[in-house]
Amino acid sequence: MLKTFPKGGIHPAENKITSSKAIRRMPVPKVVYVPIAQHIGIPSEIVVDRKDKVEIGQIIAKSGGYVSSNIHAPVAGTVTKLDMMVDTSGYKKQCIVIRTDQKNESNFETPEFPLKKEITMDQKDILQHITDSGIVGLGGATFPSHVKLDLKNDNLIDCLIINGVECEPYLTADHRLMLEKADEIVVGIQILMHALHIQRAVIGIENNKRDAVEVLKKAAQDDDRIKVAALQVKYPQGSEKQLIKAILKREVPKGGLPMDVGVIVHNVGTIFAIYQAVQHDRPLIERVVTVTGKKIENPSNFWVKIGTPIKDLVEEVGGIPEGTRKIVNGGPMMGKAIKNTDVPITKGTSGILVISEEEASRKESKNCIRCSNCVFVCPMGLEPHLLMNLSEKGFYERAKAEDIMTCIECGSCSYVCPSHRPLLDYIRFGKNIVKKLEAAQN
Amino acid sequence: MMLSILHSTILLGSIGTVAAVILFVVSKKFYVYENPLIGEVEDILPAANCGGCGSPGCKAFAENLVNSDDISELFCPVGGNDVMKQVSQLLGKEVAEQDPTVAVLLCQGACDVRPKTTIYQGPRSCAISSLVYGGETDCQYGCLGDGDCVDVCDFDAMYMNEETGLPVIITDKCTSCGLCVKACPRDIIEMRPRNKRDLKIFVGCLNQDKGGIAKKACAVACIGCSKCEDICPKDAVIMTDNLAYIDPVACSLCRKCVEVCPTHSIIETNFPPKKVKIKKPEKPKAAPIAKTEINPEKPSTDA
Repeated sequence: MLKTFPKGGIHPAENKITSSKAIRRMPVPKVVYVPIAQHIGIPSEIVVDRKDKVEIGQIIAKSGGYVSSNIHAPVAGTVTKLDMMVDTSGYKKQCIVIRTDQKNESNFETPEFPLKKEITMDQKDILQHITDSGIVGLGGATFPSHVKLDLKNDNLIDCLIINGVECEPYLTADHRLMLEKADEIVVGIQILMHALHIQRAVIGIENNKRDAVEVLKKAAQDDDRIKVAALQVKYPQGSEKQLIKAILKREVPKGGLPMDVGVIVHNVGTIFAIYQAVQHDRPLIERVVTVTGKKIENPSNFWVKIGTPIKDLVEEVGGIPEGTRKIVNGGPMMGKAIKNTDVPITKGTSGILVISEEEASRKESKNCIRCSNCVFVCPMGLEPHLLMNLSEKGFYERAKAEDIMTCIECGSCSYVCPSHRPLLDYIRFGKNIVKKLEAAQN
Repeated sequence: MMLSILHSTILLGSIGTVAAVILFVVSKKFYVYENPLIGEVEDILPAANCGGCGSPGCKAFAENLVNSDDISELFCPVGGNDVMKQVSQLLGKEVAEQDPTVAVLLCQGACDVRPKTTIYQGPRSCAISSLVYGGETDCQYGCLGDGDCVDVCDFDAMYMNEETGLPVIITDKCTSCGLCVKACPRDIIEMRPRNKRDLKIFVGCLNQDKGGIAKKACAVACIGCSKCEDICPKDAVIMTDNLAYIDPVACSLCRKCVEVCPTHSIIETNFPPKKVKIKKPEKPKAAPIAKTEINPEKPSTDA
């Protein structure tokens, strides 16, 4: 029996149609739009001005505080304007617009980095490189990685977990990365283990990616500290807390962090970015993005520069098919529909999903029939129907007492509800209010 | 027969007497003194329990009034100056007189001038849809049209206009309790002084985008051209972030800004129609300015 987390979870149709497609390199866009708020925390501060010439990888926005991150120029070119643009949040945010210099060769040569196994840097240098390179969690939460690695006392951590679960349907970005860059990922893990003095690492991969399990096992066979764990296919296993529970059977306390149970979790994409930053001094300026959808002509995985408009990507796979209702940034479970196709790719975009009318439309919400399906599937052991009612009626204190803040917003409850009730919408709203009330109290 | 009536009368009578004695003793022993003034003040207050004063209900506000030494900062917006004067007489404390205010909507983005560019399918609530994104139109500052303000209004002073998709404030019913101001996630409802005969001039827009972008999203958006600022004789127009704001205190209600506004985003209410034809019969150059009727009768179908 394969390992998994014990409570709740669902298994939506996988639809991983791009899993056999090798990652292609997206043509360099003519213009890139780089938002300055691409991570959780304080937005970065712009350090370039209009008409400035920038080189590829140059810092264009500096970290605005401790929980923040540098942003680098994804292309060489000229800053044409600093403007407000709708980003993936659906609101207008400050963006740096760079026109690509078509004559600059560094934009068009494909960088090939030979595998470099020796780790020459010491702990401090490694962490400094990760901080400077603007690396954030590439699984989707975009939490600045250097904050996770800055340990007050590193004896407390005994295990590093690498998240290669990719439990969202449709997405295959991490899957392809693991297949194509397995050796680099293993070196990346060794870098982190070296920097944090950890003697044990586990790569968690769901069993629908057997090939990735085999490839990584082979790549890590020389290092017996690194294990690969094949996990049962269940959503939301890619969530940090569920993954720790599945692999180590440890439970992160309420309101706590994985650090509290001696674990650090990183996504495979982040590990690869760390490898590139430390071994090849390359900042985070591109990432793997799956562009997919049932009616898309040629769904593919791409290496995409940060700041590429989504319309370029959709055109590259054959344009928007007829009957499209939504274009989603991320996967179908936790992703968010974008407002228009000018929205740029950010560090947190793992996929672009084009879905049709029948897949996307919400059905009419009916009364709760007390079937308690939402309670059975909640991976955090909450009562979503209750939390929804409390949020809707304005009982925020009670909602807080019912642990609304521990909800991970996976959407399993809304997925199974036979009455199509908007459970997650109201819970998210309640969380927002409770957060505001807590902030007002302090 | 008689005996059983007698027995029960004596028994029940004695139980009643004992209970009365206990209740009397307890009520004396655990008596809580409450200032009788609190009850009297509460009787004066409008008993709307709307929370517009900042206290949770009229009783709490009455306690506040009686217990504070200085009540010049406390004000009941529903009762207004009349009620506060009575309170002042009763308590012998100074109250500050405030201009009566009324809620106004700072958005004119009806369906025909502000086209929808996306479709929102989630729960119909402004608070929820504003968490998700900037709204169905390209203006992320304007009304979301889901009617959170109408839901909270305790005085039936608001309703949604189905045609425009915007809430309408019935000025006569508005008590300026401020619940709608708090409910709106976009802060597009403002409390403005009523003035004489409810004359008001204000910019009906909050769009901070640059002119071109704002105009593209909404035909009646403020484009930040500063024409109103230039023409205003009282310097009542304040320009910030590509947006004009008319200071109600400084404004002398001369209506010059209304005429120069190229997008008609400045709203005037309850002014008599201008006699353009009689004044300048030879050159009726300027197009007549659309009057915004902010105080129409509630349609009977909506009841």
